Amino acid sequence: MPEVLQVRDLACRRGPALLFSGISFEVAGGELLCVRGPNGCGKTTLLRCVTGLTRPDEGTVLWHGEPSQTDPERMRAGTAFSGHLPGLKDDLSADENLEFMLRLRGARSTPEERREALAAVGLEKRRRIPARRLSAGQRRRIGLARLALDPAELWVLDEPLTALDDAGQALFIDLLARHLEGGGLALAATHHRLAPASGVVRELRLA
Amino acid sequence: MSGEAVSATTARREQARGSFAGGFSWAMARDLRLAWRHPDEAVLTVAFFALVASLFPLGIGAEPQLLVRIGPGVIWVAALLAAFLALPGLFAADYVDGSLEQMTLSPHPALGWAAGKIAAHWIVSGLPLTLLSPLIGLQYGLAPDTLAIQALSLLVGTPVLSLLGGACAALALGARGGGMLLALLALPLFVPVLIFGAGAAEAQATGLSPAPHLSLLTAGLIAALVGLPWAVGAAVKIAVD
Repeated sequence: MPEVLQVRDLACRRGPALLFSGISFEVAGGELLCVRGPNGCGKTTLLRCVTGLTRPDEGTVLWHGEPSQTDPERMRAGTAFSGHLPGLKDDLSADENLEFMLRLRGARSTPEERREALAAVGLEKRRRIPARRLSAGQRRRIGLARLALDPAELWVLDEPLTALDDAGQALFIDLLARHLEGGGLALAATHHRLAPASGVVRELRLA
Repeated sequence: MSGEAVSATTARREQARGSFAGGFSWAMARDLRLAWRHPDEAVLTVAFFALVASLFPLGIGAEPQLLVRIGPGVIWVAALLAAFLALPGLFAADYVDGSLEQMTLSPHPALGWAAGKIAAHWIVSGLPLTLLSPLIGLQYGLAPDTLAIQALSLLVGTPVLSLLGGACAALALGARGGGMLLALLALPLFVPVLIFGAGAAEAQATGLSPAPHLSLLTAGLIAALVGLPWAVGAAVKIAVD
């Protein structure tokens, strides 16, 4: 059986500059691949190329052994992307944001499930107030609740610890460990050391 | 992890599927709820329509024959400009906060949520304008049958405006001076809709059959329904790249 995610000879240019080329890696269920490198080396672009948001100049992404372009909706159903932009609506409450995020992912959620997920990230009392009145860290926590309920097999995370306090970071690491333990896989661009309690952690260095 | 939790995760993975209907209802429900939270935008559109249409008699004199003559055209121009008002924000807000990225990565096909967003735009702009138009028409002394045809032409024509405008708004995403560019892109494209829309009511007022105009408008609506949501999806994909 092939690895869930295979990336072959990925190359991407931004204008005349070559960001990276010849990037190949594989990620299996239960594995976390951390993408590391200095600012501006193309970590975000690499992540966006894997999800299909950005079209790479060369190379292929294989999802369960098949090129992602042949059935993009299948890969999109299995991939949760958390980027620099949160995708939250300021006028909707935390609960509504969570509900719509999950519906967009093709997943149904009951109010009870959402209440529990928001309670787990410490937002139970604030789940009905508009997201505009939440702090940056609390808004990130809505994203954590979404990851907890998202059915995706692959998490693609760009700087997942930004704006989170120590407790929030611990929450995230815990979620990540459970995701890996359940057979999920993750690809993360981060400057922090991620050490979840379960799963295999590997590193990819971009020069 | 307990066996129960694992099986719950597996079940959730299997039930997650994208569909046109899923994307359409998602976008429409979300955008309508957002519009409901901020009714000022919809109210502004309608108020703008009523104001612009009421300015003309003040500017060119309230001679009854003249008003009946210019009424249908003025009402259509006012409706067209009012429908344009809410366009710049249609995709720009989702672009800025990252929702558009998430939509592009959703298992739902782009066709679904693009159509849903445009439908929501029409419900908060085109539909109220259509419903209000007979009242404005009365100010111009239009006959009841002309009022009915006027409303009918708006009912068929304003969805075309939303579809065309939505495609232009998606194309203008990320461009500097997007609002100005959008006006330059969209307003010329609105011209055929204006001609046939205003033409229908005018034909009725002068005793001719409005059917040819309405048929052409309907044909335009069908063509727009088939082609433009797809174009919106493609334009959004380019914008988030």
